[in-house]
Amino acid sequence: MFTLRNQLPANLVTTKVDDLLNWGRASSLWYMLFGLACCGIELMQTGGPRADLDRFGSVPRASPRQSDLMIVAGTLTYKMALRTKVLYDQMPEPKYVISMGSCANCGGLFQPAYSVVKGVDKIIPVDVYVPGCPPRPEALTEGLLKIQEKMRREKFLVRKDAAA
Amino acid sequence: MTVEEIAKILCEHFKGLQIEVVPGAKNAVSGIQTGDPAVIIPAEKIREICNTLKVMDQFAFDCLSSLTAVDRKDRFEVVYHLFSYKNRHSLTLKVNLPRGGNQPQRGVEGEAPSGLAGGGGDASPSIETVESLWGVANWLEREVYDLFGIKFDNHSDLRRIMLPDDWVGHPLRKDYKEEVDYHGISTTRPALLQ
Repeated sequence: MFTLRNQLPANLVTTKVDDLLNWGRASSLWYMLFGLACCGIELMQTGGPRADLDRFGSVPRASPRQSDLMIVAGTLTYKMALRTKVLYDQMPEPKYVISMGSCANCGGLFQPAYSVVKGVDKIIPVDVYVPGCPPRPEALTEGLLKIQEKMRREKFLVRKDAAA
Repeated sequence: MTVEEIAKILCEHFKGLQIEVVPGAKNAVSGIQTGDPAVIIPAEKIREICNTLKVMDQFAFDCLSSLTAVDRKDRFEVVYHLFSYKNRHSLTLKVNLPRGGNQPQRGVEGEAPSGLAGGGGDASPSIETVESLWGVANWLEREVYDLFGIKFDNHSDLRRIMLPDDWVGHPLRKDYKEEVDYHGISTTRPALLQ
């Protein structure tokens, strides 16, 4: 039986196409700058040198069109909710959402308030919820790793509607 | 100058007007008076009295540090905090306004969703603007209009300042009821633990 084993030079690596593409995607997970409240400060701290999200290939982008990931960091008001939906629609597929902190998860402390959306998942689909008020940089990093895990399980070349 | 002295001069200046001084609120536990005493003046004279407080040298209130309102259920209270950089004294001015009608709700006749409160049968309370005296009053009065629905007559640009233009109702009123949804976003979230 024909096999490639020991047939290739040592400087060649073989892999599955899916694994290669997913490795590339997960290692360059660009997130959109979307700090809405105090969680935004913690998001900056996560991107800073101490927690250093950059070591996972994750860097902030100032435009939704260059982003793979939206980190909703902070209290989402109804006024902002409509804009958030627009920004999410502007992101290219495949896209992911992290809901960071209690306010983004469910409204949190401000749930009884008249102006606060009771959870980001009311308007856009959320992949990972990070609890905390605000979450520590380690928690957000864990959330990012969860997104990477999810990416690695996906078949990037299979169209989403065809798979369904 | 103390509040009592200011009130005394105002009384002499505006003869026949009901101008009274109320003491500041007391701490419920210690009984110590912690609030500032305030001067209550009639609503229809707000523009004239504010003008006097600003231009007269002994007052010289050149700064409106805050303008807000309180819903006392039976009435609205509009509160002006004045400060004088020149004389280094301050004054709390209060105006009582009748409560007016109930506030509008979506689908119920009343205020149009955007713009001024001017729908059918509108009875929202109103008071003269002080915008021409202190420019900052423009935004402060818009904020009070936004959250309490108090109209400021002769205001140059009276529209909502913080809430979206299509918002219905004025949320800081005690009888405000949250809508079921806003642009299709439900305003309730079921509790996980019940």
